[in-house]
Amino acid sequence: MAEDVLTPEHSLVAHQFEDAGQQREASRLGMWAFLSTEILFFGAVFVAYAVYRLRWPDDYRQGSLELKWYLGAINTAVLLLSSFFMALGVHASELGQNSRLIRNLILTIVLGSLFLAIKATEYYLEYEDGLVPGASFRMEPPPEEAGSGFARAVKSFERAISRAPKGQGEVARRTRAEEQFMVFYFIMTGIHATHMVIGIALLCVLVWMARRRKFSAAYNNPVEITGLYWHFVDTVWVFLFPILYLLRNP
Amino acid sequence: MDESFRLFPEEASNLARDCDHLLYYLLGVSVFFTLLIFVFVVYFALRYRRKSDNEVPPLVPSPLSLEITWSVIPFILLMIMFFWGTSVYVKMKKPPADGMQINVVGKQWMWKVQHPNGAREIDELHVPIGRPIKLMMASQDVVHSFFIPAFRIKQDVIPGSFVTQWFIATKPGVYHLFCSQYCGAEHAKMIGRVIVLRPEQYEAWLAGAPPDEPPAVAGARLFVTYGCVACHAARAPTMAGLYGSRVQLDNGRSVVADDDYLRESIIEPGAKVVAGFPPIMPSYRGQLSEEQLIDLVAYIKSLGAGASTEGGVRPLPATQPANGFSPDRAPNYPPARQTPGAEPVEVEHGRLGGRPDK
Amino acid sequence: MATIPGDLPYIPAYEAPPTYLNVAHTVRSWLLTKDHKRIALLYLFSITFFFAIGGVAATIMRVHLLAPAGLLVEEMTYNKLFTMHGVIMVWFFLIPSIPTTMGNFLIPLMIGARDLAFPKLNLASWYLFMAAGFFILLALLLGGVDTGWTFYTPYSSRSSNTYVTLAVLAIFINGFSSILTGLNFIVTIHTMRAPGMTWFRLPLFCWSHYATSLVMVLATPVLAITLALVGIERVFKVGIFDPAIGGDPVLMQHLFWFYSHPAVYIMILPAFGVVSELVTCFSRKRPFGYEFIAFSSLAIAMIGFLVWAHHMFVANISIYAGMAFSLLSFLVAVPSAIKVFNWTATLYKGSVALDTPMLCALGFIGLFTLGGLTGVMLATLGFDVHVHDTYFVIAHFHYIMVGGSVIAYFGGLHFWWPKMTGRMYNEWAGRIAAALIFLGFNLTFFPQFVLGYLGMPRRYHSYPPEFQVYNVLSTAGASILAVGYALPFFYLLWSLRYGRLAGPNPWRATGLEWQTTSPPPKDNFEKIPVVTEEAYAYYKLAPQGMAALGSVAAAEARETGGGES
Repeated sequence: MAEDVLTPEHSLVAHQFEDAGQQREASRLGMWAFLSTEILFFGAVFVAYAVYRLRWPDDYRQGSLELKWYLGAINTAVLLLSSFFMALGVHASELGQNSRLIRNLILTIVLGSLFLAIKATEYYLEYEDGLVPGASFRMEPPPEEAGSGFARAVKSFERAISRAPKGQGEVARRTRAEEQFMVFYFIMTGIHATHMVIGIALLCVLVWMARRRKFSAAYNNPVEITGLYWHFVDTVWVFLFPILYLLRNP
Repeated sequence: MDESFRLFPEEASNLARDCDHLLYYLLGVSVFFTLLIFVFVVYFALRYRRKSDNEVPPLVPSPLSLEITWSVIPFILLMIMFFWGTSVYVKMKKPPADGMQINVVGKQWMWKVQHPNGAREIDELHVPIGRPIKLMMASQDVVHSFFIPAFRIKQDVIPGSFVTQWFIATKPGVYHLFCSQYCGAEHAKMIGRVIVLRPEQYEAWLAGAPPDEPPAVAGARLFVTYGCVACHAARAPTMAGLYGSRVQLDNGRSVVADDDYLRESIIEPGAKVVAGFPPIMPSYRGQLSEEQLIDLVAYIKSLGAGASTEGGVRPLPATQPANGFSPDRAPNYPPARQTPGAEPVEVEHGRLGGRPDK
Repeated sequence: MATIPGDLPYIPAYEAPPTYLNVAHTVRSWLLTKDHKRIALLYLFSITFFFAIGGVAATIMRVHLLAPAGLLVEEMTYNKLFTMHGVIMVWFFLIPSIPTTMGNFLIPLMIGARDLAFPKLNLASWYLFMAAGFFILLALLLGGVDTGWTFYTPYSSRSSNTYVTLAVLAIFINGFSSILTGLNFIVTIHTMRAPGMTWFRLPLFCWSHYATSLVMVLATPVLAITLALVGIERVFKVGIFDPAIGGDPVLMQHLFWFYSHPAVYIMILPAFGVVSELVTCFSRKRPFGYEFIAFSSLAIAMIGFLVWAHHMFVANISIYAGMAFSLLSFLVAVPSAIKVFNWTATLYKGSVALDTPMLCALGFIGLFTLGGLTGVMLATLGFDVHVHDTYFVIAHFHYIMVGGSVIAYFGGLHFWWPKMTGRMYNEWAGRIAAALIFLGFNLTFFPQFVLGYLGMPRRYHSYPPEFQVYNVLSTAGASILAVGYALPFFYLLWSLRYGRLAGPNPWRATGLEWQTTSPPPKDNFEKIPVVTEEAYAYYKLAPQGMAALGSVAAAEARETGGGES
């Protein structure tokens, strides 16, 4: 950055940095450091979850059985797809293709929002099922004919896809430890959803910035580090999905 | 010596001596290094005091050998501490098998004690010298910590599990009992007295204490009133000979039926299900106090250990009281009648401060 | 260092470019500043305020404990006092103390950068800190918290009927402030070093802050989530840690100490950095065993993550867990010992000047040695059982936290005060304060070792009368300590107006921060320096070169008492 002419690129280097390279290195390292914080943040809950899961394996398995695994699976696919578009967006920004960047960012936002919508549906169904811990937790699973029309429709759908003959595979009386499983389920997916909301907000800011042509092939740090964050949030889900939904067999 | 300028608490248990010897070594090392550093810092600061503001001292090389020396020597001393400290700890944690069991329940803000014959006391613990005492402790509410400085013992009493602690008292007298884990408003009043007596005085004290049901008898009664007996005779595993035996679980593993296992199986029956039985027992969480849990476990324990599991449950104490507590289960236990009025004489009751006696 | 010609005369103030202090004067220019130096001062004001609150709580407690039955307050009030003292001193003073003031101010100066890597995050970190402070003060004003700073469940989640949730929220927010600071330092030290500033030319202050930042970034989130779980359990009555509803209180202790033991290193590692700078400057020596001091910081930070359960030797953990954590705790003592020996050896054949900062540094070495050795005693399993949760532990960690961190903080504050403000304080007042703090501190806390071994448990509102003598001694010491802490407040303020102008380098120290003006200009350096040698090349200076390092403001201040002559 020897030239004294104020190029657009130059103006984007904050005063504390010597050049764009140093700035890029700093923002990347900063995001990685932040993600290592995040790993420990989630890690503590994962550890607590693991401790209790090993202590009450049967109750936790029963908890897993009561989750809507197919919704979780759809969400996993949605999220992975969003990561794919995010990666395309970062790539576009590296090439300086602004409209492609905007398109991919919007697709990522849409998929992220879809994930949240499905997650909200799931929470609603769990509420109908009396699975929300605390005052509304019900030790006896509600009868199939109870609940709203939507919840009943979901139940009949579940029966249709279930391989077990009718009457079998029904959930027994719930236990305290299963309620605890649901506590962890809501805490972990809740923290993850909070991260998703923050991520979507960041993506919206990126779209706004890209519309105002803030990014170029030489300056795309915000896109790049938001991409890192988005991939990280996806990765967390990739761990959450199996340990919450899929550990169903003894 | 003036009581108020005491530097060390009294040594009144078999573990106290060990702890104090460890302290002497630790103090020795600490004093040596503190003085070493102090002397060098003061000497250097005076000897090499700046004489002129333009002074430039020479470069002093820092030889690796010196760095290694002052890493290795502390390391060796630290490892001695480690092994010594660990050996004392292991001794503290391994109660002998023949200990006399005294039950202690902590709750905000008192210590409730029950002796093997059922005698109860609150915020006081009478123990005889020369005999291993095993404390079985539980907390009714929050974390407490059972601390007797003169014995050098301390154990957090964590709700939701049984914890144990043992000692042999060696010196008659009255000593402090503290709760050392913060437990609420009156934490500082969760204190009491440990009264160490000669064996004959202890027996006399027991005889004079108001009689109460021994834990195992109370447990037998609970076994009936809570309906345990309805299932644990036919549809559920029998309790006879269960204690200390190895139990086969439905997940293929096996556990030893100790105090903690019994406790867990009452509170959270689904946690460890015995092979061949359906998991139908309801949880008794919140329905039984810690004392009742201890009683139930004591009852199951009294039904014998490690025997075969055939033959159903033994008759209940209603028909055969010997199944409950009986003197021959605690071999050294004092006979019921003793000379009345044999109050401890050597004990200085006035020494303790704090709260007036209850 | 060779980057600036040695014979450059001191530039009088009227010719100097505006400093970071007088570049703007509006309130807005302070509250929205992104200048690391101004943010450091914002932090300095804030933590001084919290230190005063924590100190008042401590004073009330010490006076209360003069009599066995207690003199002043009710039980619940006492319990709230020690809780607020702990919470405020740990999270609102000690953890931010050196990093957010001196670290913020000096790291860019020491490595030759114009600012930290993320100035906006730095400001955000201060605002988070203030938001956390607001909530903790709110909790205090509404009626306080009584759980102790450890928030052990189930007491905190079920039993206590005080403002636990609010306090937990405050510490949660505070944690993110701490994380942002650590993150900023890591990135800054990695990417912003001036040309030629290699890792092994870094001042030891930067090494220790680098190690601290690692701990901040990796341990703090665990505390945040743990306290969040406590809050969730308390608010929603769901079983996470409460055994009555299916939780495990010991798990909470594990998670809490997984943060809170490394947090001890967040508090003491920066102090190591300060003391390394003070000892080298005031003996004009390259630090003895530079690499050993640098790497021992990292070793302490790393092993420090693996020793947490030594706080739980009596919490019914298994014997084998106890052994493993005891062994690891001993290992962490070795790098600490290496540091102490190296500092002591640095004095050897030096040119030792006993100015106020050096008095603090030498006091630190002694007190930290004692604190460290008693820490080793506590790591010894069989011994810890007896003294766990007694005043022995209280005395031990005050030797580390107050005798160590706070004295280093005061030493560093005096050392860099001329750099921050451009003025010298009254040297004799400084020496008197340092001596009072040292004496008062020892009188306050040494008797507590004896008390602890005698068996007085911590957090006791009243106590048996035979413990009174030591409690009275301790309170007497605390009153001296209070005077020692109050003094600097007055003479440092006095120096702002009446102090002698310091000049760029009053102590004749090497190190980049002394090569710019005092106070530094907004962007620290007129031109980013090029570094050609290590930070402690005193030995390369000829006697006349020493004079060239700067004016002799410190020497003159000694003679005239610091005032303008």
